[in-house]
Amino acid sequence: MFGYYLDLALRSLRRNKMLTALMVLAIALGIGACMTTFTVLHVLSGDPLPDKSARLFYPQVDPLDMDGYEAGKEPERQVTWIDGMNLLKAKRGERQALMTGGAVPVQPTQSSMDPFFSDARYTTADFFPMFETPFLYGHGWSEAEDDGKARVAVISRSLNDKLFDGKDSTNQILRMKDTAFRVIGVLDNWRPNPHFYDLNMGQYSVAEDVFLPLATSRDLNLARNGSRNCWGKGGGNDDEHLEVATCVWLQFWVQLQSADKAADYRTFLDNYSKEQKALGRFERPSNVRLSNLMEWLDVNKVVPSDVRLQSWLALGFLMVCLVNTVGLMLAKFLRRSGELGVRRALGASRREVFMQLLVEAGVIGLAGGVGGVLLAYLGLWLVRLQPADYASLAHLDLPMLLITFVLAITASLLSGLLPAWRACQITPALQLKSQ
Amino acid sequence: MQIKPILSALRQHKAGTVLIAMQIALTLAIVCNALFIIQQRLAHLSEPSGIDETHLFVVENQWVGKPSPDQLDAQIRADLSALRQLSSVQDASVSNSYPLHGGGWDDGLKLKPDQANATTEAAIYFADEHMLATLGLKLIAGRNFRADEIGHMGIRDALAPPVIVITKALAEKLFPSVDGHANAALGKTVYLMSNRTTIIGIVDQLQSQSVARWAADFAHRSVLVPLRLVSPQGTYYLIQAKPGQLDAAMHAAEPTLLAQSRKRVISDKDGLLSFAEVRAHAYDSDYGMAVLMGIVCVVLLAITAAGIVGLTSFWVGQRRRQIGVRRALGATRRDILSYFMTENLLISSGGALLGVLLAVTMNLWLVIRFEMQHLSLLYVFIGVAILLLLGQCAVLAPAMRAAQVSPVEATRTV
Repeated sequence: MFGYYLDLALRSLRRNKMLTALMVLAIALGIGACMTTFTVLHVLSGDPLPDKSARLFYPQVDPLDMDGYEAGKEPERQVTWIDGMNLLKAKRGERQALMTGGAVPVQPTQSSMDPFFSDARYTTADFFPMFETPFLYGHGWSEAEDDGKARVAVISRSLNDKLFDGKDSTNQILRMKDTAFRVIGVLDNWRPNPHFYDLNMGQYSVAEDVFLPLATSRDLNLARNGSRNCWGKGGGNDDEHLEVATCVWLQFWVQLQSADKAADYRTFLDNYSKEQKALGRFERPSNVRLSNLMEWLDVNKVVPSDVRLQSWLALGFLMVCLVNTVGLMLAKFLRRSGELGVRRALGASRREVFMQLLVEAGVIGLAGGVGGVLLAYLGLWLVRLQPADYASLAHLDLPMLLITFVLAITASLLSGLLPAWRACQITPALQLKSQ
Repeated sequence: MQIKPILSALRQHKAGTVLIAMQIALTLAIVCNALFIIQQRLAHLSEPSGIDETHLFVVENQWVGKPSPDQLDAQIRADLSALRQLSSVQDASVSNSYPLHGGGWDDGLKLKPDQANATTEAAIYFADEHMLATLGLKLIAGRNFRADEIGHMGIRDALAPPVIVITKALAEKLFPSVDGHANAALGKTVYLMSNRTTIIGIVDQLQSQSVARWAADFAHRSVLVPLRLVSPQGTYYLIQAKPGQLDAAMHAAEPTLLAQSRKRVISDKDGLLSFAEVRAHAYDSDYGMAVLMGIVCVVLLAITAAGIVGLTSFWVGQRRRQIGVRRALGATRRDILSYFMTENLLISSGGALLGVLLAVTMNLWLVIRFEMQHLSLLYVFIGVAILLLLGQCAVLAPAMRAAQVSPVEATRTV
C-alpha cells in the first residue's frame, strides 16, 4: 500500500511543480538555518573533557579588602600567588594545578628561521595527568621539577613539527628568552573546547604551544598574559613582584573523586578563608565557591550571546517556514477534493486517504531535509569563513546529521497533519455531486 | 467595498485565514526585532573614533632579548625618527594601545585623593608630542605636550604623569559645566591611580581601546599621558602616511625598523595592520550579525509573500464559479480585484495586530535574556507597513487572474 501511496504522492507533487518546490524550499531553508545555528551552539556548548568534567573543580575564594564590599557578590575568578600556593601545597584534592598564561620568545637554532613568540602556559605538574593531555613523545614533569625550577618544557605537536620536523625531540634543547630548556614531552593534537582552564585567553582559542613549570617562569620572569586584577596598594604594574602583590592572576584547578569529596573541599575552602581572615590576610567574611567544569563554563557565560540569539532566530524562522508549509499543503490537498472524493466513493476509508496524504507530506519533508542538510553545509562553510576563534570548529557531526533528518520529517509530517485531516473531512457525495 | 460579505466568506476558510494571519504575525515579530537589531549594530559600528583613519596604520613590535628600559627607550626614539624620515610618512608616534584595538589599559580617575570610588574609568593611552598630529586629533582647548615633557616609564613603574590631555567626553564627565563648555576642566587637578596630575589640553574625540560591552561605560573617555611605555612585551607604532601613500609607507615600515635593529618580532599575520583592517576586525561580529539579520528578513518576507500567493491562488481557483456569477450579475473587474485586495488587507491587518503584540513580547524577552534595548515603536510601524504592503503586492497577481474570470464561467459546471 505504501508503494502505491508513494506513487500517488509523486504524481501529485509533479503536477504542480512550483507549489512543490516552494514547500520543499521553505522546509529546507528553515531546517538549514536551524541546523547551522544549532550545530554552532552544540559545538560551543560542548564538554571539553566528557569523561572527567564532573570531577574537575574550580575553587574561588575572596581575598579582596573591604573597598566596594557587597555581601554575597561573586568572588574573584582567579587566585593570588599566596592563596594558589597554599591550596596547591595543601593537596586536599586528588590532583591540583596552579597556572597562568604567557608568551615566550622562541629562538630556533636553525639560522633560516627568525625568532618568534609562542603562547605559553606556566603550570604545575598535575596539569597533564589531570586534564588527560595526550602525549606523542615523552611525558610531563614531576613535582620535583616544579620545586627545582627546572628548565624543562613540553611543546605542542605543531611546534614540534615546525622546529624539529615532527621527530621525537625529547631531550633536545630549545632556546627561549636566552635560556636553554630541555624538551621532555611533545603533546599530540590537543584542543579542548572551550579553552576551559583559562577563559581569559580566548574562550575557544587553541591550546598553547609551550608548557613550562610555573616556578621556572617566575624565576626567569617570563612575560605573562591574561587577566590580572589588583586592589589596595597592590602595585599592579610590577610583573616581578607578583608573588607578594595583592593581585589575582592565577587559575587553580582541582580534581575531586566524588560529590562527598567536593563537599569536604568546600568546607576546607571555608575554613581556609576563615583562617586567613583570622591571620589578617583576608578582610572579607568567608565567601567561597566551588564549581565543576561545566558549571564554571556557565558562570563565565562562555557561549557567545550572539550565537544563542541566532539559534532562537533560526527557530523562529523555521516556525514561519512550517506555518507557510501548512498553508500551502492545505491549499494543495483541498484543491484535490474532487479526486479524494472519488477515492472515498470507491471504497477508500478515511484512514487510508489520511495515510496517503501523510505519505505525500513525508516525501516533501524528506526532500526538504536533504535540501536542509545541503544548506546547513553551506551555512557552516560560511560560519567557518568568519574570523571568530570558534569558527574553525563549526562542523556537522553524525548525531547532528541524523537530528536534521528526524527534525525535517517530523516537522513536515506535523505540518501535514492538519491539512490531511481537513481533506479527510470531505463528504464524498458532495464532492461527486458538484462535479 | 462591503466588508461583511468578505468576512462571511472568510468564515468558510477558517484554517487558511488563520494560517496566513499567523504567518504574517510571526514574520512581523521577527522582522521588527531584526530591523531593530540591525539598526543597533550599525549605530554601534558607525561610531566615530575621532581619529583620521584613512592613511593610518599600526605596527605591532615585540622585543627579543633582555634590553634595559633605557636601551629600549633609546631604541624606540631611534625607530620613531627613522619612521618619520620616510618620504611616504607624515608623522609617527608610539603607544601601548590604540582605539578599536580590543585590549589596553584602563584606570579610574578621582577628583580627590581620598575618594573611595573612582569618578569614572578611562582608557589610558601613552603618547608623545607627535601623537595628536599622528592620529589627527582635534585640540579644542589648552595645548599639546611639549617634547621636553615626554618621559619614559617601565612596566614596573607607577603611572604618575604630571600633566595629561583628555577627551571632551571625559572632561564633561569629570567637570560637568552648565553651558556645555569642556573648557571648565582645563587646568584642573585630578588623580590618576591616586597620583596628582593636571589637565593641560582637551581633544574633541578619541574612542577607547575596546568596543566590547565591558568598555561601554567609558567608550569615549580617554586620557593621553606624556610617556613612552618601555615594555619588553611590545610596543605599537602608529604611523600616519601621506595622502595616497599608505601602501608605500606600509611596505617601507618593516624594513626601516629591521634596519634599526633586528632584535624584534613583527608578526607576518597581524604585525602590520592598516586602520581599515583594525576597524573591520573590531566590528566583524556586529557587521556579521547585521548582515545575517538582513538576510533573514528578506528570506522571511519572500517566504511569506510566496505563501500568500499560493493560498490566494488556491482560493481564486476554488471560487471561479462564484466570481463568474458575480461578474454575470454586474460586478466589474475592479470589484473583483478589490474584493481580493480587501480580503487580504483584512487578514493582514488581523495578523499585524497579533504580530505587534508578539513583537513587543519578543523584544521584552530579548531585553531580559540578551540585555537588548527596548524596541522603539518606529520599527513596529515600519514592520507593519512593510507587511501590509507585501500582502497587497503578493495578492495582486492572483487577484488580477480572478478579475480575468469571464461571466460565462457562471454557466459552466466546471
